[in-house]
Amino acid sequence: MSNEWPLWEIFIRSQHGLAHKHVGSLHAPDVELAIKNARDVYTRRNEGVSIWVVKSTDITASSPGDREALFEPSNSKVYRHPTFFPMPDEVKHL
Amino acid sequence: MNKDEALFEYLLRLGDTDVVLAQRLGEWIGHGPVLEEDIGLANIGLDLLGQGRLWLALAGEVEADWKGAGRSEDELAFLRDGNAFRNLQLVEMPNGDFAMTMARQFYFDHAHLLLLQALARSAEPRIAEIAAKAVKEVAYHVERSADWVIRLGDGTDESHARMQKALDTLWPYTGEIFAVDAVDDALIDAGIAADARALREPWLAAIGPVLDEATLALPAGEWMQGRGGRGGKQGVHTEHLGHLLSEMQYLQRAYPGARW
Repeated sequence: MSNEWPLWEIFIRSQHGLAHKHVGSLHAPDVELAIKNARDVYTRRNEGVSIWVVKSTDITASSPGDREALFEPSNSKVYRHPTFFPMPDEVKHL
Repeated sequence: MNKDEALFEYLLRLGDTDVVLAQRLGEWIGHGPVLEEDIGLANIGLDLLGQGRLWLALAGEVEADWKGAGRSEDELAFLRDGNAFRNLQLVEMPNGDFAMTMARQFYFDHAHLLLLQALARSAEPRIAEIAAKAVKEVAYHVERSADWVIRLGDGTDESHARMQKALDTLWPYTGEIFAVDAVDDALIDAGIAADARALREPWLAAIGPVLDEATLALPAGEWMQGRGGRGGKQGVHTEHLGHLLSEMQYLQRAYPGARW
């Protein structure tokens, strides 16, 4: 048995309306203490309004070896990028 | 006792308790069981140091009202001898193992929160203001130390035994928290100080369920250090305070007036 505490991935929402963003990871014995540790490690300078923690082992990642199969096909499809439309000057935040 | 003199003493008790415990928690920096806990303990220490500064600065103002000249927060923290400190004996107890640190924090945090909640209703607005600000920080401290007491108590055989031993060892130092003397008497009727006697029942009601969940026993001993007016609040300390102060005050003692 490992004596290491499990690793948790930490997501912080910096202000209302924005999405939670991955900020790093830390060790904690369980989920409640993971939240508290995240508060102490990642929000000391008023960085957040909300914290998500996820056990690192619960994250399924794409394999680097699958990169070509997953991402290459979209490379050649320039028409999927919205770069062919003239943007009206008065429309902001697009 | 003159009201300013009593208020000065009372503020030293609040401020010194925070500053001494902050110093103890700071001793964990670089020695915490894990990085995350290292930062967590330091954070709580910094919260307490911030509160202690406010209390001592206010004590200096009150001292000026009383004597015509008052000391600064730094002079009070760094240039007084041990017997002039008015902190609870509980908070000067050594860190020991992690269970000892957490037991000390657990006993203190719950009492601290109740005290600050009462002081937030103080008739002295400067006290009420500081207490209202500190309550938010201490509400978090309460959760954190309770979480650890539960996890260590309801953990392995060894963590349970260590946690129970720590609670038993520090128990006789909790009585002083709820004792009052002439300083309190001079301020309670005026609505300035909180009546510490009234905090003991709510304190027991708060720590009881946590200890139950942690499968730990509430220590039963009736004998208490410092009760009857001869404890930290009156300047009577354990041998541990002098060692703590020699480290905390070293710089100002060796280089008087040194500044950043």
